[in-house]
Amino acid sequence: MSISVQNISKSYGPVQAVKAVSFEVLEGEIFGLIGPDGAGKTTLFRILASLLLPDAGQARVDGLDVVQDYKALRRRIGYMPGRFSLYQDLSVEENLGFFANVFGAHIRDNYDLIRDIYVQLEPFSDRRAGALSGGMKQKLALCCALIHRPRVLFLDEPGTGVDPVSRKEFWDMLRRLRASGITILVSTAYMDEAALCDRVALIQKGEILAIDTPRGLTAAYRHPLFAVRSDDMYRLIRDLRDLTPDADCYAFGEYAHLVVPGGGSPSAAILQYLEARGHTGVELLPVQATVEDSFIDLMKNGVWTT
Amino acid sequence: MRTVLYLVQKEFLQVFRNRFMLPMLLVMPVVQTVLLSFAANYEIQNLSLGVVDHDLSPMSRQLVARFGASGYFRVKKSAFSIQEADADLARDYTDLILEIPPHFERDFIREGTAGVSITANAINPVKAGLAIGYAQAIVQSEIPPRPPQKGGLELTYSNWYNPRLDYKTFMVPGILGVIISMIICFLTALNIVREREVGTIEQINVTPIRKWQFILGKLLPFWLIALVMMTIGLAVGWLIFRIPMLGDLRLVFLYTLVFAPCMLGLGFLISNFAESQQQAIFTAWFFLVIFILMCGLFTPADSMPRWAQWLNMLNPVKYFVEFMRLVLLKGAGFAEIRQNFFTVLTYGAVVNGLAMWTYRKRV
Repeated sequence: MSISVQNISKSYGPVQAVKAVSFEVLEGEIFGLIGPDGAGKTTLFRILASLLLPDAGQARVDGLDVVQDYKALRRRIGYMPGRFSLYQDLSVEENLGFFANVFGAHIRDNYDLIRDIYVQLEPFSDRRAGALSGGMKQKLALCCALIHRPRVLFLDEPGTGVDPVSRKEFWDMLRRLRASGITILVSTAYMDEAALCDRVALIQKGEILAIDTPRGLTAAYRHPLFAVRSDDMYRLIRDLRDLTPDADCYAFGEYAHLVVPGGGSPSAAILQYLEARGHTGVELLPVQATVEDSFIDLMKNGVWTT
Repeated sequence: MRTVLYLVQKEFLQVFRNRFMLPMLLVMPVVQTVLLSFAANYEIQNLSLGVVDHDLSPMSRQLVARFGASGYFRVKKSAFSIQEADADLARDYTDLILEIPPHFERDFIREGTAGVSITANAINPVKAGLAIGYAQAIVQSEIPPRPPQKGGLELTYSNWYNPRLDYKTFMVPGILGVIISMIICFLTALNIVREREVGTIEQINVTPIRKWQFILGKLLPFWLIALVMMTIGLAVGWLIFRIPMLGDLRLVFLYTLVFAPCMLGLGFLISNFAESQQQAIFTAWFFLVIFILMCGLFTPADSMPRWAQWLNMLNPVKYFVEFMRLVLLKGAGFAEIRQNFFTVLTYGAVVNGLAMWTYRKRV
């Protein structure tokens, strides 16, 4: 077990940011904490990185208690905060050198770990970190978090503020890092990133709704699900919400996703319903649920037991 | 210890890279010492003098000429009546009036002594006091004071350590103390708060850097900067102002080393309670303005009310200014400044202890 969290709670005044959260992460796993902004992801990360003391509960990272053994723990973890936290007035090289030095590590010894990432930064090694693009900053931050060869890596919303191509590259790197045995805990508000994790925990308002593999989550989705579109999407979504008392419909890219719990409305019936309301250009096809559909369902209907 | 070195190295990289910081550190002590020492002095020259000479004798003319030749006074107007001279004083045309009574010369020859009257505009008491002082000196050189009666006392005086009452000699060492105190306090407070504001502290806090290492890494660079600024300041004082340096300069540097942690620690303490650089600036200013105005640079600290003097014991800048004057002007050695030295040493230890205690790596 690489990370084990038991009933961790944390409040800021009257606001309970994390409510008795428990989960476990296996060694060499990419584990995603998926949830909207304000769900408590960053608080949880800061507790696990020994920056914040929990009000209650216990957590161990790589076998070390995050409260008692924090000194030893800090040598074994790499933490990349959600906000870029390197020295903007130091160059790429100076930042990396500084963080290697304070960990008593040498860039040379651990270069193999960061090589794939750092080669992209090398042409800019004299540039000040503050002058890098968002994607480059992310890569530099990852290098600095890895330079002391941590056993566990905490990445708090690494995808925020980064273009899709850089994000994809970043995730490719994470997969390669996993291959070298590093456990990765990553948080994100992007549902497409969730599908790239080995396992995910869906978190909302400080509570975990479900923990499963992305495949397991979508497989556990039991309701009939359709992708629908028409010429007037706004009216379409409103009309479909009235299809049955518990029907739900929400925008999903170019389409709207329609959930009809309990079934009972075959495609033909839905098409007829839409035609009766004067919709034109209607397209309707049954689809497989994504992690986002699962998440929306969970937010609405509470915790699943899978 | 290596970690501290890496932190200091990083700090200097940032200081040298900052296009604003380095010139400020080097130019500010020079400009301020020069500017303030020339501008903020009490030496008064070219005071406008109104003369009412009722005697018009060779001797009274000689006295008026003396005033004009002294450099302190300029005879702006010779009036025929005291009313006219008073009116000039009232409309701020003249700063003071010298009135010479009739029979001034005759009285002097007959009785060996005579009197004149000096009236000064005391809207600015400092200026008036000085003007009268200068005038008195001139008059006395011309008219010897009445010889002491039998059994009477005669008061004579001489100015030690600054015989010609040169205000630059007096101001430069003090200003140097104030500038160094101010700059290192600000720099420390801002530097630490900046790490918090920019978020870099978050990354530092997850490293194995220990609390004392981080603090030492922050204080050491500014400690060194204080010494550099002292060197520059002394050089300026010597080259431009020729201020006397009677004491041992090694003592000056040793004292700077011991004193700097007081201001560094205060800056550090402020940074622990400030969330932004703006808050840090205002808090630091609040204290520094009090420190500077009460440090004895402009008004003697000994003449403040009792309660203020008690309060002033918490003013580190006061000790520094006092030390600088004692050692540079008076040539004091360690024995004379021992109490000051140990007070400052204790002060630094307490402030840094407090700062250390209130600094939290995690919340």
